[in-house]
Amino acid sequence: MSTSTTLEAPKTGTWDGGNEPLKASYGKLMMWFFLLSDAFTFGALLIVYGLSRHSHLPYTGSPDDFTFSTEWWPIPEKVFNAFPGFHGVDLPLAFVALMTMILILSSVTMVLAVEAGHRMDKNDVQKWLMWTILFGSIFLGCQAWEWAHFITGTDEGMLLADGTRIFGANLTMNQYGPPLFADLFFFITGFHGTHVLSGVVLLVMIFINTVNGVYHKRGHYEMVEKVGLYWHFVDLVWVFVFTFFYLI
Amino acid sequence: MAAHSDHSNDYQQTGDIPKAQTKVIWKTFFILVALTAVEFLFAFTMDAGTLRNAIFIILTIFKAFYIVAEFMHLKHEAKALIWSILIPMALVIWLMVALISEGSYYFDSIRNYFN
Repeated sequence: MSTSTTLEAPKTGTWDGGNEPLKASYGKLMMWFFLLSDAFTFGALLIVYGLSRHSHLPYTGSPDDFTFSTEWWPIPEKVFNAFPGFHGVDLPLAFVALMTMILILSSVTMVLAVEAGHRMDKNDVQKWLMWTILFGSIFLGCQAWEWAHFITGTDEGMLLADGTRIFGANLTMNQYGPPLFADLFFFITGFHGTHVLSGVVLLVMIFINTVNGVYHKRGHYEMVEKVGLYWHFVDLVWVFVFTFFYLI
Repeated sequence: MAAHSDHSNDYQQTGDIPKAQTKVIWKTFFILVALTAVEFLFAFTMDAGTLRNAIFIILTIFKAFYIVAEFMHLKHEAKALIWSILIPMALVIWLMVALISEGSYYFDSIRNYFN
C-alpha cells in the first residue's frame, strides 16, 4: 500500500484551484473590469448632460425660426451643421455622420485584426491594425476640425441684448446657448477624444510588436484582443455620445 | 503563459494559415450602419419629442448590444463572465437616480455660478 499515490492524487473540487470559471485570462478580465468602470465614468458624464439640459428651458418655437440664445438649450442640428469645404452651407449632422461611419469602420478593421490573430496570420494582423490606426487618426483629425469650428464660431454669431455679437465658444460664454452647453461639449467629446488618442497610441505599440514578431514568437495574439476590447469600447461610447449629444 | 511558451519554433511556419471567417463581422457592420441610417431618418423626418428620444435610445441600445456581443465577443464568453459584466451595469440605473435626485438639489444651488 503506497501512501505516495494518495498524497499526489490531484484534487478536483471546485475550490481546490486550477479552475477557470470565467474561461478568460487575467489580462482580458482586468480589461473588462476596467471598461466597466470607464462605462460608469461616461455614464455619469452623460447623465449630467441630461440633467443640465433638462434644467434649462427648451426652445419651443418652430425649428425654422431657431436662433441662438442663452435663454434656451440649442437644437443640436442647428449647432453641428458645418462641413469642411462647404462654408456657409447648412448640412445638419453631416460631418458627425461621417465621423460615426469612420469609427464604426475602424471597429470592423479592429475585429478583423483580432480574427487574423486567432489564425496566427501575421500579415493580416499587420494590415488590419494599419487600417485601424488610419481610421482612428482620421477620426481624431475630424474631431480637431470640429472643435476648431466650434471654438471659432459661425459668421453670424449670437446677437446680445446690447447690440454686440459674440462668436464661437469658450468655457465661460458661447454663441450657441447657455455656457454649460459648451462646457459639456468640451468635456464629454474631449474625454472621448482622449480615449481615442490613447487607443491609437496602444494600436501603434501593438503594431510595432506585431511587425517585430513578438506575438508570433509568444504563440498567441492575445494582446491584440485586449487592445481590441478597449477600441470597441471607445466606439461604444461614441454611439452613446452621438445619440445624447447630437440626436436628442 | 507557460502553456504557450513552447511555440517558438512556429515562427517560420507558413502555408497552413486557415482562411478568414469574416461573414459575421461584416453582417454586424451592416446592421450597425443600417441602425445609424434609421436614426438619421428619424432625426430628419420626425419632430422632436419624447417619442423620438425614446426611439433614439432604443436604437442606441440595439447598437450597443451588437458592438458588445459580436465585436467584443461577450456573447461567446462563459456565462459567468457575461453576468459579471452585465449585472454591475444595472447599477447605472441607481447612478441615474442618485445623480438626478441629489444632483438637481446641488445643481439648483450652484447653477448661478455657471450662468
